[in-house]
Amino acid sequence: MKAKVYVSLKPGILDPQGKAIQHSVELLGFDGISDVRQGKYFEISLADTGEPEAARESVSRMAREVLSNPIIEDYRVEIEA
Amino acid sequence: MKFGVIVFPGSNCDHDAYHVISKHVGQPVDFIWHRDTNLDLYDALIIPGGFSYGDYLRAGALARFSPVMDSVKKFAASGRFVLGICNGFQILCEAGLLPGALIRNRDLHFICEHVFVRVETSDTPFTNEMERGSVLQLPIAHAEGNYVCDDQTLATLQQDDRIVVRYCDRNGEITKAANPNGARDNIAGICNRKRNVLGLMPHPERACEDLLGSSDGRDIFRSLAATLAAVA
Repeated sequence: MKAKVYVSLKPGILDPQGKAIQHSVELLGFDGISDVRQGKYFEISLADTGEPEAARESVSRMAREVLSNPIIEDYRVEIEA
Repeated sequence: MKFGVIVFPGSNCDHDAYHVISKHVGQPVDFIWHRDTNLDLYDALIIPGGFSYGDYLRAGALARFSPVMDSVKKFAASGRFVLGICNGFQILCEAGLLPGALIRNRDLHFICEHVFVRVETSDTPFTNEMERGSVLQLPIAHAEGNYVCDDQTLATLQQDDRIVVRYCDRNGEITKAANPNGARDNIAGICNRKRNVLGLMPHPERACEDLLGSSDGRDIFRSLAATLAAVA
């Protein structure tokens, strides 16, 4: 089983890295971009227990307590069988 | 009175802090490796600057899980004194000992320069030898010093007089131009509700000798030493 965790800055938290990336992308000629937000992505390999809901719960706790800082970030967990 | 300086893999201001305590405060001080958990000997701890765990994941995020940190929480809960400087401030926020978080500087750069901060309260063990409104010249050296917190937290910090130092210009005026990193409300340092834990981004331990450009940092250590002498 594999878990994918996406961590992104909460709306309203300044993301100067995203802004710098947006600027570079626009310099390349891409237009129509209203915003770029940079985040983090984790792939976690899990023992195959056949219990995706238990895995989701455990990985969500991991995301909440370690992978993200809830003051500034949101997270989303996906479980792949 | 005995001081301890906690050393994580990647700490790099630990020797500066040790030097200031032994030479300028003139008190005994030990290095404490992050795997040690017995803090009974100490009256005050310094969590120094640096790049603990390479700043992996988020600045200060992994140091929080070092074995010593549970003892630091108990140490703080017992009312003894904890001073977190730069990465130490980031660690204290990640560990939940101080509210809010420190994110990437507004202009992305790592900033290494002398700045001015205004002492906003003399009602802490770290500032009680200074007048409110005193201006200190201290160096900063960080990429993640932009203090953020929600409106409720800011209001609480203000009401409880827990904003200890704010970025200002050389005359003590709090201005946007004097804010090096975008920190909310120009916040450079805050304390906890019990006022025995202080975190700040500037480095007072690097400003204790005129040869280094400023000796204003001594006032913070002088305050802490006076507090400890009074409770001893």
